[in-house]
Amino acid sequence: MNFESFSAFLAMGGHGPYVWSCYALTLLVLLFNGLAPGWRQRRFLREQGARQRRQEQS
Amino acid sequence: MKVPAPLVRLWHRLGSPRWFFETTAPWLPWLLGLGVVLLGAGTFWGLALAPADYLQGNSFRIIYVHVPAAILAQSCYMLMGTCGVVLLVWRMKLADMVLEAAAPIGASFTALALVTGAVWGKPTWGTWWAWDARVTSMLILLFLYLGIVGLRQALARPEAAGRACAILAIVGLVNIPIIKYSVDWWLTLHQPSTFKLTEKPAMPPSMWIPLLLSVLGFYALFIWSVLQSTRVVVLERERRTAWVQNFVAEQGSKA
Repeated sequence: MNFESFSAFLAMGGHGPYVWSCYALTLLVLLFNGLAPGWRQRRFLREQGARQRRQEQS
Repeated sequence: MKVPAPLVRLWHRLGSPRWFFETTAPWLPWLLGLGVVLLGAGTFWGLALAPADYLQGNSFRIIYVHVPAAILAQSCYMLMGTCGVVLLVWRMKLADMVLEAAAPIGASFTALALVTGAVWGKPTWGTWWAWDARVTSMLILLFLYLGIVGLRQALARPEAAGRACAILAIVGLVNIPIIKYSVDWWLTLHQPSTFKLTEKPAMPPSMWIPLLLSVLGFYALFIWSVLQSTRVVVLERERRTAWVQNFVAEQGSKA
């Protein structure tokens, strides 16, 4: 372990805000890229499902 | 030259979006797991265990997200350039679908590399932004990505949009070696590459092994995202086929 305490780990020798903002942003980007296709697929299934049901009725 | 039979088979199967959709489904959880484990190990090691840099102190720990994002930004573009060639030469539909799916993801990694670079630049260079060769060529890469995303939305006919995006993706490939060699060709603020193919890294192993783990983790998560996104594009574009309509009906009855 490179740091003596958890608070020293958070402070990063005064560079804490720089380091942690970069990691937080990375997490957001990775999460968005992973979740966005799921949202788009759910919307497609809903709309296409409705289209198919309409076609069956007509 | 004779191409081995299994490769020829794979090539023909790649022509079928349905084959792609059905084959990649079981890969997704493994890619996610692999990515989380590798990136988790790399960033924990990089943040908590690796020694501080003798010049940059702890701000250097930004490298464990900045470098993977920048590497993926370029790898994604090379993937798209390759897809562009495959689309124009062989008219493979799947190549166009991957090109559509990968563009916003590549743009997000390029933006991430630029922003984390700016945040890292503040304590190390003393400025958020410099018109440095590396930074400028990465900004051009971001504009290329946004151009490809915008072009597809602007053109109504999907076939014309696909061809235009493919051409732009191929032309933009010129920028990739410029990014790579910008730190050698011009006098720049940006530090030279950590990893080189022909030399040992200038860092001690306790610093570069976690970086390698993070890069591999980013690759796994990138492939995971692109596959997922391409699968949705497959469904949307093939929505008139019987197999997609059966899939939609099946999913609807489950929900």
